[in-house]
Amino acid sequence: MSDTALTTPQGAPLFHLADEHEHAEGGSTALGFWIYLMSDCLIFAILFATFGVLGGSYAAGPSPKDLFDLPLVALNTSMLLLSSITYGFAMLAMQRGRTGQVQAWLAVTALFGLAFLSIELYEFAHMIHEGATPQRSAFLSSFFTLVGTHGLHVTFGLIWLVTLMVQVKKRGLIAANQRRLSCLSMFWHFLDVIWIGVFTFVYLMGMLR
Amino acid sequence: MTSAPMSDNSPIVHAIFGRLTLESLPLNEPIVVGTFIVVALGGLALLGAITYFKLWGYLWREWFTSVDHKRIGIMYLVLGIVMLLRGFSDAIMMRLQQSIAFGGSQGYLDSHHYDQIFTAHGVIMIFFVAMPLVTGLMNFIVPLQIGARDVSFPFLNNFSFWMTAAGAVIVMMSLFIGEFARTGWLAYPPLSNIGYSPDVGVDYYIWALQVAGVGTLLSGVNLICTIVKMRAPGMTMMKMPIFTWTALCTNILIVAAFPVLTAVLALLSLDRYVGTNFFTNDFGGNPMMYVNLIWIWGHPEVYILILPVFGIFSEVTATFSRKRLFGYTSMVYATVVITVLSYLVWLHHFFTMGSGASVNSFFGITTMIISIPTGAKMFNWLFTMYRGRIRFELPMMWTLAFMLTFIIGGMTGVLLAVPPADFVLHNSLFLVAHFHNVIIGGVLFGLFAGISYWFPKAFGFKLDPFWGKLSFWFWVVGFYFAFMPLYVLGLMGVTRRLRVFDDPALQIWFVIAAFGAVLIALGILFFLIQIAVSIRRRESLRDTTGDPWDGRTLEWATASPPPDYNFAFTPVVHDNDAWWDMKNRGYTRPESGFKAILMPRNTGTGVILAGLSVALAFGLIWYIWWLAAVSFAGLLAVAIGHTFNYARDFRIPAETILATETARTRLLAAEVTR
Repeated sequence: MSDTALTTPQGAPLFHLADEHEHAEGGSTALGFWIYLMSDCLIFAILFATFGVLGGSYAAGPSPKDLFDLPLVALNTSMLLLSSITYGFAMLAMQRGRTGQVQAWLAVTALFGLAFLSIELYEFAHMIHEGATPQRSAFLSSFFTLVGTHGLHVTFGLIWLVTLMVQVKKRGLIAANQRRLSCLSMFWHFLDVIWIGVFTFVYLMGMLR
Repeated sequence: MTSAPMSDNSPIVHAIFGRLTLESLPLNEPIVVGTFIVVALGGLALLGAITYFKLWGYLWREWFTSVDHKRIGIMYLVLGIVMLLRGFSDAIMMRLQQSIAFGGSQGYLDSHHYDQIFTAHGVIMIFFVAMPLVTGLMNFIVPLQIGARDVSFPFLNNFSFWMTAAGAVIVMMSLFIGEFARTGWLAYPPLSNIGYSPDVGVDYYIWALQVAGVGTLLSGVNLICTIVKMRAPGMTMMKMPIFTWTALCTNILIVAAFPVLTAVLALLSLDRYVGTNFFTNDFGGNPMMYVNLIWIWGHPEVYILILPVFGIFSEVTATFSRKRLFGYTSMVYATVVITVLSYLVWLHHFFTMGSGASVNSFFGITTMIISIPTGAKMFNWLFTMYRGRIRFELPMMWTLAFMLTFIIGGMTGVLLAVPPADFVLHNSLFLVAHFHNVIIGGVLFGLFAGISYWFPKAFGFKLDPFWGKLSFWFWVVGFYFAFMPLYVLGLMGVTRRLRVFDDPALQIWFVIAAFGAVLIALGILFFLIQIAVSIRRRESLRDTTGDPWDGRTLEWATASPPPDYNFAFTPVVHDNDAWWDMKNRGYTRPESGFKAILMPRNTGTGVILAGLSVALAFGLIWYIWWLAAVSFAGLLAVAIGHTFNYARDFRIPAETILATETARTRLLAAEVTR
C-alpha cells in the first residue's frame, strides 16, 4: 500500500492507479482466519471461565481426584502434541512441493487425531459409566462441555483434513490448496494450545484442588 | 427430558413430528389468527406479483445469489425495515394494553401473550432491525469509502446476510407455529430453564439468535479484513473516513463480543436439552453467571449499534456544514476509547445483584467515564457546525434531533450509573425510557440520517424531502410523547413489563405514551410513503452527478448507483476528505485506458446453507430429531461441496467498462450544459 508512488514523476498528485496488478483471490485469508481463530478462542475463554467458577461445585458428587486418570490424560496429550508435529512436517513438505509426502504426513496426523479422540471418548464413557454424568453436578457439566467442545473441534478438524487430502489429490499443491492447508495448520496448532490449557487448568490443577 | 402432553401419544407420530401437534397452532387466538391472515394474504399477493411479473429469475440471479457488497447491503436494509414493522406492531400493542388496563380491566392481552410480545419486541428491534440496518449501511458504504471493489470475502458476505435473514425467519415462525419466549429479551435463567419454560418459546429464541449470530460474526471478520487490507493506496489509518473508523471499531466489537453470546446460549441450551447444571438452582448451578456472561456480550452490543451511527453523524455534519470535520484525531481516539471501555462496564446492568460496594463503585465509575469520549464527540460535531454553511437537508435535521435527544438520554444514563440511584431506578420505566432515548434518539435517528444521506448513492435518485420532513417531525415529536412520560412513571416507581395497573392516577401518563406511539406509527407510514413517492418521482429527483450533496469522501467519486466494479481505476488518496481534495485540486476523470477487472462470481450456496439452518433449528426446537440430523448432514455436505468449486472469479471485459464509463461521461456532460 505505502510502496506505491502517490505522485507523478513531475510531482503532481496522482488520483488514480492507471496500471494496477490484479489482486489475486485470498489475499486477506490469513488475516481473516486469524481473526476467526481469536473469536473461537473467546468461546473457549468463556468455557474456561465457566469451569473456573463452577469447577469446585461438586454437589456432593465425585471430584477430580475421584475421576481423573493422569497417566491416561498424559498419553492423550502426547497424541495431540505428536499430531501437531506431524502436521508441521506436512507443511514443510508442502513448501518443498512434495505432494506425496504432504499426503503421508496428513494421514499420520489424522491417525494421531483419531487416537486422541478415541482415548477421550473412552475416558468419557468410563466416567459416565461410574455415574459421573454431565448432569450430576455443575463441575461435571462444565468439565464435559469444555473438554467436549475441544473434542468437537478436533472432530471438525479431522473432517476438514480428509477433505483437504481429497482436494490435494485432485488438484495438487496449487496456491488455493496451499492456503487451505495453512489455515488448517493454524487451526490444528490452535487446538493444541487450547489443549495445553485444558490439561493444565482442568486436569493438573483439578488434582490439586 | 420432559415432553409436553401430546394429543396423539403413538411413538411413530412422535418420532415424525416431535412435540409439534395441531394444538401448537394458535387457531383459537383471534389476534394471532387475524395477523396470520393479513400476513398470509400480503405474502401471497407479493409472491403472486413476483410470479406474475416473472421476477423470480431476476431476483435469484441479481439479488439473492449476489456477492456484490452493494446489493447485500441493500438486502440487509430491506430486512431491517420489514422487521421494523413487526417490532413496532409489538410496541404499539404494548402501549395500547398499558393505556387501558386500569381499574380492574385486564386490557385485551392475557399475560401469556403480553409476555411474548415484550420479549419479541426487544429481540426483534435489536437483532433484526438495528443490527441489519447498521450492518447494511456498513456493507454498502465501507468498500466505497476506502476505494475498494468489494469486501475481502464476497461469498462469506452473502452467506452472512442469509444467516441473519434465517434468524429473522425463525423468529417470525414462532408467531404462527408454537410461541415465542416469555422471558424478556435476554432470557435470564432460572426462568428460561426447562423447568419454568418447558415450551418451545425459549428454544425459538436460542436458535434464532444462534443462526443469526453466525452471520453477524462472519460479517464482522469480513469487514475488519476489508478495512485493514483493502484500503486505496495512500489511505493510511489516520486518513480513513470517520464512518470507516467507526465501522472498524464496531466490527472489532462484534468479533470480540458475539462469541460470548454464542457460548452462553450454548450453555443455556445444554441446560435445556441435556439437563446439565450451569444455570440451575441446584447441583451447583449459578444463574447469576448467565447474567454476567450475557451482559459481557450485551454491553458491547450497545456500542456495536451506536458507534457506526456516530460515524454517520460525523459524515453528515461535515458534508452539510461544508467544513472539514472538527477534531478528526480526537474523534478517532474517542471512538477507540469507547471501544475499549465498553468491555469494562457490563456489571452496571445489575448493580442490585449484590457484588458489594467496591465492585459496584468500579463499574459505576467506568460507566461515567464513557460519557467523556462521547461528550468529546458531541463538541466535535458542534464545532464542525460552528461557522459552517449549514444546509438543513433531511440528514442534517436528523443529526440535530439526535444531538438534542441523545444528550437527554446520555444524562439519564450517567444518572443510572450511580449505584445508589440505580438501586431505586433498577428495572423501572425510567430505565426503559433511558435506553429507548439512546436507541431511538441515537441509533434510529442516525440510521434515518444515513438512509436519507446515502439513498441517492444506492439508487441514483434522492428521497422526496416533503414526506421525509413529515416523517421526521412525527418521529421526533412522537418519541418525546412516547418516552418522556415513562421517565416520570419510572421516577414514581413503576416497574417495567407490567400488564395491568391498580393506581388510576398513573393512567394519564400511559395514555400520553400511547399517543406518542401513534405519532411514531404515522412517522413510519410517512417514511414508507416517502420511499414510494420518491420512486414515482425518480426522474425529477435523479442524481446524475454521483455527488448530490457536494460530498467529501470517496463514495461520492463514483456514479450513483455505482457500477458493479465501484471504481474503474483504484483511486489514490492524499487527504482525509479524499474526494473533496480531488475536487479542489483539479482531478479529471479518466475516460480511456480501461482494463479488464477481476470480480467474484455469484453463488446460491449462501441461500441453501441458510435454508438448511432454518430446517435444523426447526428440528431442534420441536424435538424432530430426524429433521435436525438430516439438515445438519446437509449443511456439512453443501459446505464441503462448495469448497470443491475453485472457479470463483470472472473478468469484466475492458469493453464493458469502457461502455459503462462512456455512458457516465455523457451524463456528466449533459449535467454541465444543463
